[in-house]
Amino acid sequence: MRQSDIFELIKLKFPQVIQDELTKAIVVPGDQILGIAGFLNSAEFSFNNLHCLTAIDRKENIELVYIFYSFKIRLQITLKVCLPVDSLEIESLTNFYRSTDWFEREVYDLFGVKFLNHPNLCRILNPSDWKGFPLRKDYSYPDFIKKAQY
Amino acid sequence: MEVNVVSQNKDLYSEEFSINMGPQHPSTHGVLYLDLRLNGEVVTDCVTHIGYLHRSMEKIAENRTYTQFIPFTDRLDYVASMNNNLCYVLAVEKLMNMEVSDRAKYIRVIIAELNRVASHLIAIGTFAQDIGAFATPLFYCFREREKIIDIFDEICGNRLTYNYMRIGGVQFDLPKDIDERIKYFIKYMRSKADDYEELLTNNIIFLARTKNIGILSKSAAVSYSITGPNLRASGIKWDLRKDEPYLVYDKFQFDIPTCENGDVWDRYKVRIEELRQSLKIIEQAIAGIPEGPAVVKPGRIYKPPAGEVYLRTENPRGELGFYIVSDGSTCPYRLKIRAPSFSNLAVFSELVKGVKVADVVSILGSLDILMGEIDR
Amino acid sequence: MAVIEKIPGSQLIHKLPGGGIVLAASGSVFKWAKSSSLWPLTFGLACCSIEMIAAGASRFDIDRFGSGVFRASPRQCDVMIVAGTISVKMGECVKRLYAQMPEPKYVIALGNCAISGGIFYHDTYSVVKGTEALGIPVDVYIPGCPPRPENLLFGLMKLQEKVKKERYAAK
Repeated sequence: MRQSDIFELIKLKFPQVIQDELTKAIVVPGDQILGIAGFLNSAEFSFNNLHCLTAIDRKENIELVYIFYSFKIRLQITLKVCLPVDSLEIESLTNFYRSTDWFEREVYDLFGVKFLNHPNLCRILNPSDWKGFPLRKDYSYPDFIKKAQY
Repeated sequence: MEVNVVSQNKDLYSEEFSINMGPQHPSTHGVLYLDLRLNGEVVTDCVTHIGYLHRSMEKIAENRTYTQFIPFTDRLDYVASMNNNLCYVLAVEKLMNMEVSDRAKYIRVIIAELNRVASHLIAIGTFAQDIGAFATPLFYCFREREKIIDIFDEICGNRLTYNYMRIGGVQFDLPKDIDERIKYFIKYMRSKADDYEELLTNNIIFLARTKNIGILSKSAAVSYSITGPNLRASGIKWDLRKDEPYLVYDKFQFDIPTCENGDVWDRYKVRIEELRQSLKIIEQAIAGIPEGPAVVKPGRIYKPPAGEVYLRTENPRGELGFYIVSDGSTCPYRLKIRAPSFSNLAVFSELVKGVKVADVVSILGSLDILMGEIDR
Repeated sequence: MAVIEKIPGSQLIHKLPGGGIVLAASGSVFKWAKSSSLWPLTFGLACCSIEMIAAGASRFDIDRFGSGVFRASPRQCDVMIVAGTISVKMGECVKRLYAQMPEPKYVIALGNCAISGGIFYHDTYSVVKGTEALGIPVDVYIPGCPPRPENLLFGLMKLQEKVKKERYAAK
């Protein structure tokens, strides 16, 4: 089984997903992530392991990247969600995968994405009174000493 | 902070007690802050605070070339530096579709497995010290580790943060007489591993402190995305070296040790057995290493094509993953490090509910976490 | 008796039955005792802490210098070996630990990160650029990334020399 086969199966049930040309990742609209996660977690595929959750700052929007893994069929798939910078909210997947608890807190801390219905959404790596979201491309801070590039 | 009143008996009024196992503590394996709520000796709640070693490596990576970032990967899991280097270099090579010579692959396997032995020695030594076998297993393990470090010192010049792997090969070739030293070390280490088992494995006090404590069930392990020896101790036989082989691991014969219960004793036993299997792999690799080029000349600045890659390898603590996004320039656009100890620690507050305070230390020691890679 | 005649100034030695005793200035005895028993605080932060533990292990053996007793509580120790990178979140804890140590206290900065931030100097938002940036006075700097345990032992010997050279004002 390959990622494109999974993509075809998801597209039958959720017709709005598309496959990215360059990276072959499955691009999902933000409001359907909960349904698709439930579908993937079902016993047939059992993608019951969320291996990594991260975000990329693309200046006009922030891309969330979910990497799922299935021990049963030995496949790793990548899901992407594009969120516009002025409305960074998405449902939390903590009910399906317990590992998303800390992953989502980290993405909130570094990028500012709010996860709805998260049990404890607060900063995890930076101090709790930190201002700003450090991993965005436009972040600056008084003590920030930039290294000169070649 | 709210305080829960536990009993309002008119003869005995008691409430919960809050204790800070603060960032500076001899048993927390680094700077970890545990906020424990106790009812007498029994833990009712535990809040884990991390971030005391946050060095913002992912932000640094966006302003360094691909070769300049290799020393930073050493400092993630500083006890198993070679394995971190290996995972990063393999990810960049996959992004660039680069082939590596056979000799370089064998050298990488030998070095990675030697570092796995060194890392498990520290895990067992510090775990035994926390349990109460103060200093004897620790000194024995460090004595063995010094022998491995001498071998690495001769190969690449450093004791802890090696910076040895390069994109496309390694930094120096192996010296001429190193295989004799490694064969002698393997023979020596096998007898020492039997010594450790004799000291610890069936010791009555060790069994009382570790059996049936901190049991991690299979479903919890998969749901929390636990990897590495912790997963294998819970009964799931999964190792990336066998199930998704990278480098030349498919050419070697070795077993994957597992246990059934998932308690603290099982995690210790899995690590000792893995130590022995690593020695077996090194023996086979030394016997079969081919001739050829392995060294990469310094000075080339790499510009991978635009794209993304996510690559995982089996570290001593679990599966380390690098997610690299490249936009065609000399520096990565985004680099995400998926650290094994980050997910392994997330299950800690579940495991600790309802145990006594002394067991908190043994559960934490058996999970074998390292703050350098949790906080990055 | 032959031993006593070889010691210079032996006419100052008071002879007791059974042997002789040597007199010295009480300041130098106190300084010798203080420098030979500097107890460190277990304060390993990052990679350099592994080299600190290796210095305490049997190959390099910091115990022969009197400093083998690593105490966990700051109230019971003399020297704080800052080993590793100090992040902004940890800086408050370091200052508090330093304030809790009783006088006389010394600080050794072990490794490049504790001296000036090390390789984490540029492009980070969360690393304090060295122990001095927190306001803590440092006695001995040991550079290296990580420094070998022999370097730590040499730095400890330098600290012992520094302690022996201290002048006591009338207290």
